[in-house]
Amino acid sequence: MKVGVVSFPGSNCDEDALLAIVERLHESAVLLWHKDHDLQGADVVILPGGFSYGDYLRSGAIARFSPIMQEVVAHARRGGPVVGICNGFQIACEAGLLPGALLRNVSLQFRSMPVTLRVETTQTVFTHAARTGARLTMPIAHGDGRYTADAETLARLEGEGQVVFRYIDAHGEPTEAANPNGSMRNIAGVCNPGGTVVGMMPHPERALEPLLGSTDGLVLFESLLTSVKA
Amino acid sequence: MTRFVVNVHIVPRKGLLDPQGKAVADSLRTLGFAGVHDVHVGRHLVLDLEAADAAGAERTVREMCGRLLANPVTEDFEIAGIRPA
Repeated sequence: MKVGVVSFPGSNCDEDALLAIVERLHESAVLLWHKDHDLQGADVVILPGGFSYGDYLRSGAIARFSPIMQEVVAHARRGGPVVGICNGFQIACEAGLLPGALLRNVSLQFRSMPVTLRVETTQTVFTHAARTGARLTMPIAHGDGRYTADAETLARLEGEGQVVFRYIDAHGEPTEAANPNGSMRNIAGVCNPGGTVVGMMPHPERALEPLLGSTDGLVLFESLLTSVKA
Repeated sequence: MTRFVVNVHIVPRKGLLDPQGKAVADSLRTLGFAGVHDVHVGRHLVLDLEAADAAGAERTVREMCGRLLANPVTEDFEIAGIRPA
């Protein structure tokens, strides 16, 4: 498996995503410069966290016009796996790869803290190796994470199993108190109809070392292996 | 072609939670502006562009809004004015 991690001007989790693939999965990974037009043969593309192009206008709004994104969108349209994390999720939504949008946190505060997620479906390239209902703890770090979509889109996402992760409390319930940004239905991540494009606000690449408090992100990256090799 | 200045208002879609607007409204009430019902915070863009006529400038800006300036999921826009530059 070869993973391409896009570096936008302002990306700051691209190296972490790269290390996740190289050091934890022992697979190959390359950084893809935003001005390039070449995915360098990557089987999987990761749109990492951080910022992009100053996030002028709206988070991710300008990044989607970068040269590399034309290739990423074409890759996704061919059914190629794409994972958007945090700012990468915002970019994937702006690029039309995923439905909905990410708005300012309801608290208006940047939230940097561990959260607990429930895996809602394993029918995606990024949750294939997990268990439905599994609880994963990993950090969030965002100011614009409030997932929003119109009622019709939400109903479709729920009905078609496209809600991938929800924020839950200690009892495993998706309560308002467990929701760090006010997202609709406590949604933390969604996928496209085929489960080949996944976007999430939390950072699994920051949950791979016991020293950092959690290794729960590993199962998500391992899912890429089974998805690509299957 | 003539140069036109087009003003565009982009506001959060009605019915969507607008925490920025709410925070501003709360602050205004704290200052004593008791009559404030609601505030919505959006963006105001001023575009200077060339077009054949005012109608053409408006068409172009509407297309810009649909494709980049406004997010069709969460925002509404209105052309607030068109004048020759």
